[in-house]
Amino acid sequence: MKTVYIYDAVRTPRGRGKADGKLHTVRPVHLAKTVLESIQQRNNLDTSLVNDVILGCVTQVGEQGGCIAKSAALYAGYADTTSGFTLNRFCGSGLEAINQGASSIMSGYFDMIVAGGVEAMSRIPIGSDGGAWMIDPDVATKTHFVPQGISADLIATLGGYSRTDVDSFAVESQKKATLAWEEKRFQKSIIPVIDQNGMTILDRDEHIRPGTTVESLSGLKPSFLEMGTKYGFDSVAIQKYPSVTEINHIHHAGNSSGIVDGASVVLLGNEETGNKAGLKPRAKIRSFSMVSTEPTIMLTGPGPATEKALRAAGMNIGDIDLIEINEAFASVVLRFVDEVGADMSKVNVNGGAIAMGHPLGATGAMLLGTVLDELERQNKSTGLVTLCIGGGMGIATIIERV
Amino acid sequence: MMKINLDENNIVILTIDCEKKPMNVIDEEFVRTFHQKIEEITSDDKNTGLILTSARDEFVAGGDLEMLRSIKSAEDCVQLTSLLHKSLRKIETWGKPAVAALTGTTLGGGYELALGCHHRICINKPKAKIGLPEVTLGLLPGGGGTQRLPRMIGLQNSLLYLTTGKQLDPQKALEAGLIDALAENEGELINKAVEFIKSHPEISQPWDDKKFKLPGGEVQSPRGYQVIPASTAMMNEKTHGNYLAPRNILCAVYEGCQVPIDQGLEIELRYFTELVLNQSTKNMIRTLFYSINECNKGEARPKNVPESKIGKVGILGAGMMGSGIAYATAMAGIPCVMKDISQETLDRGKAYSAKVLDKLIERGRCTPEKKEQVLSLISTTTDASDMKGCDLVIEAVIEDRGLKAKVTAESEAVMPEEGIFASNTSTLPITGLATESKRPEQFIGLHFFSPVDKMPLVEIIMGEKTQDKALAMCIDYVRAIKKTPIVVNDGRGFYTSRVFTTYVSEGINLISEGVSPALIENAGKMIGMPVGPLAVADEVSIDLIYHIIKQTMEDLGVESVDKATLDLSTRFVEELGRLGRKAGKGFYEYPTDGKKFLSPELGKLYPLNKIQPELEEVKDRLLYIQSIETLRCLEENILTTTRDADVGSIMGWGFPAWTGGTIGFVEYIGPQNFKQRCLELEKKFGKRFSPPKILDGKESFYN
Repeated sequence: MKTVYIYDAVRTPRGRGKADGKLHTVRPVHLAKTVLESIQQRNNLDTSLVNDVILGCVTQVGEQGGCIAKSAALYAGYADTTSGFTLNRFCGSGLEAINQGASSIMSGYFDMIVAGGVEAMSRIPIGSDGGAWMIDPDVATKTHFVPQGISADLIATLGGYSRTDVDSFAVESQKKATLAWEEKRFQKSIIPVIDQNGMTILDRDEHIRPGTTVESLSGLKPSFLEMGTKYGFDSVAIQKYPSVTEINHIHHAGNSSGIVDGASVVLLGNEETGNKAGLKPRAKIRSFSMVSTEPTIMLTGPGPATEKALRAAGMNIGDIDLIEINEAFASVVLRFVDEVGADMSKVNVNGGAIAMGHPLGATGAMLLGTVLDELERQNKSTGLVTLCIGGGMGIATIIERV
Repeated sequence: MMKINLDENNIVILTIDCEKKPMNVIDEEFVRTFHQKIEEITSDDKNTGLILTSARDEFVAGGDLEMLRSIKSAEDCVQLTSLLHKSLRKIETWGKPAVAALTGTTLGGGYELALGCHHRICINKPKAKIGLPEVTLGLLPGGGGTQRLPRMIGLQNSLLYLTTGKQLDPQKALEAGLIDALAENEGELINKAVEFIKSHPEISQPWDDKKFKLPGGEVQSPRGYQVIPASTAMMNEKTHGNYLAPRNILCAVYEGCQVPIDQGLEIELRYFTELVLNQSTKNMIRTLFYSINECNKGEARPKNVPESKIGKVGILGAGMMGSGIAYATAMAGIPCVMKDISQETLDRGKAYSAKVLDKLIERGRCTPEKKEQVLSLISTTTDASDMKGCDLVIEAVIEDRGLKAKVTAESEAVMPEEGIFASNTSTLPITGLATESKRPEQFIGLHFFSPVDKMPLVEIIMGEKTQDKALAMCIDYVRAIKKTPIVVNDGRGFYTSRVFTTYVSEGINLISEGVSPALIENAGKMIGMPVGPLAVADEVSIDLIYHIIKQTMEDLGVESVDKATLDLSTRFVEELGRLGRKAGKGFYEYPTDGKKFLSPELGKLYPLNKIQPELEEVKDRLLYIQSIETLRCLEENILTTTRDADVGSIMGWGFPAWTGGTIGFVEYIGPQNFKQRCLELEKKFGKRFSPPKILDGKESFYN
């Protein structure tokens, strides 16, 4: 097996995923082109060395359909010989692209790839691609389908996390992200999105609310209460978890991941091709994992995924210097930390998706870039990235600086 | 069965009249004749249109359940149903207008015939019902109803009618878009139909247009993505996965509305066939249609006794039960006299009827005149001699043998020689009470359920000496007050209370073993019981359970009672004062300003086991225990028919309808499989699960 090196990582800033968000005027293929062009230029990369562009993208319909990875590679001027592959592993897509790319390089299928993801959630709404699990009555019934917000509240109910617990975590995310921006900790990777006239459309994460306090969050109504109680989903969940009498609905827009637009990519390769391209590796991939757990509670994959990746790397949680776990919902992170016994001071040190947003297909690769930048800044060695995923899945990747 | 007339405009009037049946219903002969007639009509070019109507007060009341019962294979079902689909498609694509001229009630298959026409007009009879009630018998509208209704009124609107079976009167049906126009009488009905045909010489269904779009949004659209998942979850919240019919309806709509109508009908047919052959559907039809009808018709009534004349009913006790019985009696137009010791109690008792009637008036289901008339039939007295002239006296005093003996004697002293004395006891054996009667052959049990105005069942209990005449009069009376009678023999708790008690006791056994109270309550709801066993215990009150069990123990010895129930109820009553809802605490806490919740104290009283049982096992225990006790009632001749067992369980205490009743459930599982599971449960949880002998070698309880 060949060792997989990480040469670079870039991302766009995340625009608020609404019509008045700064990136709403920007097509997803343009977002993908922005990061693909940038990683090429920064590394003076001969794209004929890039075998494949693998992008995660969850809602592959309309302008995000038809294998946007290949469209974007062509649009960004990559060599005709560079193939393109778009994949959907729900929220894990961006990291899945990296893990798939890494496997390909390990096996010799590819020598060098660009992997990441793109999602313009303001333009292609989440869920607009339907899907049998959610829509088909027979499938939904037989599998006890509930929307993720209900699952997040179920995790909180079972774990005994209170509204204050999750809101406090959300406030911390905002504080950490604000500080990170103040100290320009993301500077290395952020690529502004510019228009055809060279004018900047967006150059910083737009979703952050720096002044957030537990007090200011307390006024927000739970987002999934009505869905759960009026439209039957609480009962569907309880039928799977009959030791629960009532689901405690505590998640809301302020302690869940934000809906945003964005794109990100990472450049991976084997040593030989890296040398040929004249690149210096920043880190290597130690291990990665994919697991699947019970689908109704859905968001409990990160714990088992992390344990599996640690086993594969011959490490334990104490050996990890920094952890990025996607802040899909606050309860997901709280449960993960309890479950694997992680040190909270190593987790999401620059904030996460609650503050900056979660552009579904792009998030995994963004987190990998974030942890790599921070390892370099703190001069630490090992980093873990993990995400919860629809359907009960979980993904993790462990990297080590070289 | 079907008559063809041609009018002067060459419009064919096809009139349905199922002479051999009490109502127009669709059976196999109907389907074949209809197909033949439609072929005839549509192949004659000179015909300009079709009016489909009925010679009866109703249009068509639905499909014939006998026909469905006779279907034994998927092939038969597909063949027969396809023929109906073919006929309706022929009408739709003929190119000439077809109007459904509905003379009245149009239900199920009848409404599906109307949906296959281009226009629907109904005579505005307020009592006529229009709708697709198939789901209530575990079926789906298999004549295109799941395909045409959503194409006509949209996904969300159609799912409401399809998944609940909701029926509307013609005015409301017009407002909901189920029909297109109303007519005042038959003449206007046909005139309007002719008018429509003349003004639409060429016509086709909207869904046969290539550009057709589902009203309100396609399945695969943002709207569909809201409606379908929420409908699915709400359906599962209600059914807990126990009922196949609503799920199949949703599936047929979801899948069928994504393809052209012909393919949609094919999809519907698959889901329909699955239901027709399904054991739960068969059980539901058997109990909810046939058995209930048999009970209502007085199948159990001794045939040799002439119909009784009930001139006046006496009611002893003006409490909750007495007042309810008075209301039900007066509503049936039978005068009654209610007796109690204080006028104040009597006034309160009569006011109960006034209150119920006021509610009906509010909902437009009664008038102030009718209310006065009903109230005028209820008289009150504190004098036992006013039982004079009562053909039937129903005793509804507290469960005290002495008091019951006293009021029996007082009444019998003045009642007519032929009069029947009935006790509304729910716990005391009738034979014992009858020993205090001068005429034990005229003494009977008449067990009403609370609240009487809402509960549809009456359990009639035969004492050892009760004669046919008493039974006949009670059945006549129960039928007159429009309730459903079941007849059982005497024994502790009779049938309904005896079996229902096992549900509560099993809940108490579970909690005593350290099973999570939430798991117990959820399992109860998930098998389809209205509420969990612990909630029931709180409602009936734990001190009542305690008193009954103490009484039983005194009468029959400690071996005869459930130990867990004895221990827990003693502890709750004697030590903890947790008597249930009325005390503000029982298994639940009842905060004055909020919703009840399972008491956290339970965890201290009965610490949870580390390892909790599988949900399926808890569900099985709560269901099996009731069916096992019912089988024992059959063995002991407390019950004499499976019909009374099934009807009594569903209507009496809300045993889940999907099973078809307590014996229906045994049939659903298969008697030998049921026995096998009993043996497993017996091994783990003791004798109360030991399989009754009646199961030995049994293959079916119904053949």
